[in-house]
Amino acid sequence: MSSESAVSLDQVSKYYRIRRAEAASAPLGHVLRRRTGPRLARAKTEELAALEDVSFEVARGEALGIIGRNGAGKSTLLKVLSRITPPSTGRVVLSGRVGSLLEVGTGFHPELTGRENIFLSGAILGMRRREIGHRFDAIVEFAETTRFLETPVKRYSSGMYVRLAFAVAAHLDSEILIVDEVLAVGDAQFQRKCLAAMGEVRRDGRTVLFVSHNMAAIEYLCPRTLYIEGGRVSFDGPTGSALAAYSGAKGRTGAQTAVGVFERVEELGSTLSGYRVKRVRLGSDDGLQDIFRPGSPMHIAVDGDGLTNTDDVEVGFRIRSASGVSVAGVRAVMRAPSPRPKAPAAATGDVTFSIARLPLNPGAYSLDVGLNDRRTDAELDLAEHVATFEVLASDVYESGYRPTDSEGPVFLDFSWFARSGG
Amino acid sequence: MSDPATTRVEITAEGSNLSRPAELWMTRDLLLILAGRDIKLRYRQTVLGAAWVVVQPLLAAAIFAFIFGRVARLPSEGVPYFVFAFTGFVLWNFISQVITRVTASLVGNAHLVSKVFFPRLVLPLASALSSLLDLAVASCMLGALLVLSRQPLSPEILLAPLWILVALAFALGTGLIAAALVVSYRDVQHVLPVALQLLLFISPVAYATTAIPSGTDSWYSLNPLVGVVEGFRASLLASPPPTLSSAAYAIVATLALVLLGVVAFTRMERQFADVI
Repeated sequence: MSSESAVSLDQVSKYYRIRRAEAASAPLGHVLRRRTGPRLARAKTEELAALEDVSFEVARGEALGIIGRNGAGKSTLLKVLSRITPPSTGRVVLSGRVGSLLEVGTGFHPELTGRENIFLSGAILGMRRREIGHRFDAIVEFAETTRFLETPVKRYSSGMYVRLAFAVAAHLDSEILIVDEVLAVGDAQFQRKCLAAMGEVRRDGRTVLFVSHNMAAIEYLCPRTLYIEGGRVSFDGPTGSALAAYSGAKGRTGAQTAVGVFERVEELGSTLSGYRVKRVRLGSDDGLQDIFRPGSPMHIAVDGDGLTNTDDVEVGFRIRSASGVSVAGVRAVMRAPSPRPKAPAAATGDVTFSIARLPLNPGAYSLDVGLNDRRTDAELDLAEHVATFEVLASDVYESGYRPTDSEGPVFLDFSWFARSGG
Repeated sequence: MSDPATTRVEITAEGSNLSRPAELWMTRDLLLILAGRDIKLRYRQTVLGAAWVVVQPLLAAAIFAFIFGRVARLPSEGVPYFVFAFTGFVLWNFISQVITRVTASLVGNAHLVSKVFFPRLVLPLASALSSLLDLAVASCMLGALLVLSRQPLSPEILLAPLWILVALAFALGTGLIAAALVVSYRDVQHVLPVALQLLLFISPVAYATTAIPSGTDSWYSLNPLVGVVEGFRASLLASPPPTLSSAAYAIVATLALVLLGVVAFTRMERQFADVI
């Protein structure tokens, strides 16, 4: 617990006691149970751990991203940090004034005018009246709602409403800013504006804790990201790796059984068509592996039901970056089959793809493999995130320079020259 | 306030290291803005607008005077019945409004309680504050009525604000307990109107205490509002003042109630967001 950290959590847990269904249905059940003693009461309630043993520190001026599936505990974490709800055990230390924005338009009232709502919402978020008055013009300008200041916000379009609501929050002058999924609203242009505003908050040296499902926004704002799963911190580190852990865990349909070997996980109702991806293996020229280098060869072997009927079914794959963005994809129909596989025996399957030079920069990637009906193009099977692999930095240009993912996911094999002087 | 060193907050299951009064003081602007919001919202999109502040108590008092003065012929200590009843009614209306609004203040602002932090006491206090406007308007009307009906004014009128303060404390204490309870048990919302009606009938609002049969008056005087209403009325009208013991009991009981209310509220406060 250094003095430098703005936010510090020490083994924080949050439990909710929930009543079982049969107990909740009796109107007086709750009261009666209290009278019958604590032992009976305990039998009828269950404890649900929304957060378990969460510890981390955020340095002053750091921007921390927080990702995780719905129900993983992100919102509970933010509520504990915002002091809305107390932790059940553990300790939270916040050094600095905290501004938290868990929803767009907290405290907005539809019957009140834009002007009235700016003061109301600002005060609710923790601003003094004087501060709001001081920033009033900036807020109105940011929201682009000057003409409608005296109009009740219930007459606003949803876009205007969101702009005004975010504008108030964007002018909060707190040392620690806690923001939950607020970029999901508003049009694309306004989202960019919000993102820029949050970037500015960071450059001001303030501390930001940012929850979002928008992976691009997380990547843009936060160098470090927490991945929360089942109320626990599953990963805490560089954003790229956190996103990889998240996209790998999210909707993953394959389980790695050996280096470079991914077996399809059984899913309900997925074998109806009779065509099915069952196993994906990744390899280089030397055999199976799941770590590659930019520009190195890569083979993707797909095994499954009905794949060899190449007249009826075609196989395709898509490579996704850590943030889930599709980087490249091919389908067999794009090209005539090669006479024989160039891959080593260990990496050939019912259908084998060979990439001569992998055009990817360092980072974590995942693979979707899909089957389509050759004539109708109907999707027969889709194994999302069935396999994962990593590309490591290497001296691929033989110049001593190792490209990183900061150049983008695509590795370009290029050459250049300069006209000789004189 | 913006100095990071001065705002180090430590949160555990037991609470935070910040003092409640200091935090409450920091949010005084919010208190005023929320009270202003309550007042604005009450009369927005009504034809008569703020005129309702005047019209509503007048209508209520007229009905009151007709039923109890003309039909039931309750005693009023020689003061014209309408003046007698309206005086009590102004204070009663304030008490019942504060209790009702304070009780509803948490549940009515559930979206705030579950989405943002501020000292929760701000919500009931803002509700009580907004009721002071209604009281001010009603007091003006009362003043006009006293002048028009040529009631002799005595220096005891200076005691009236004190009794208003005691009434406010009584209503706030009751409201705080009810507000904290209603978060978990919405049953309170159903009990409250009936309880208020009972409280009205066991308080000397529509009648003078002389109407109470002598055998029951020891039970009757357990209600601290007896002293409060009598004291308020005696400070304005030529009605008999409460006995010293009755007045002292009213004040002590009210202080105890408001203390109990604040303690009950702050003890349950931390769970509000989880339960509401």
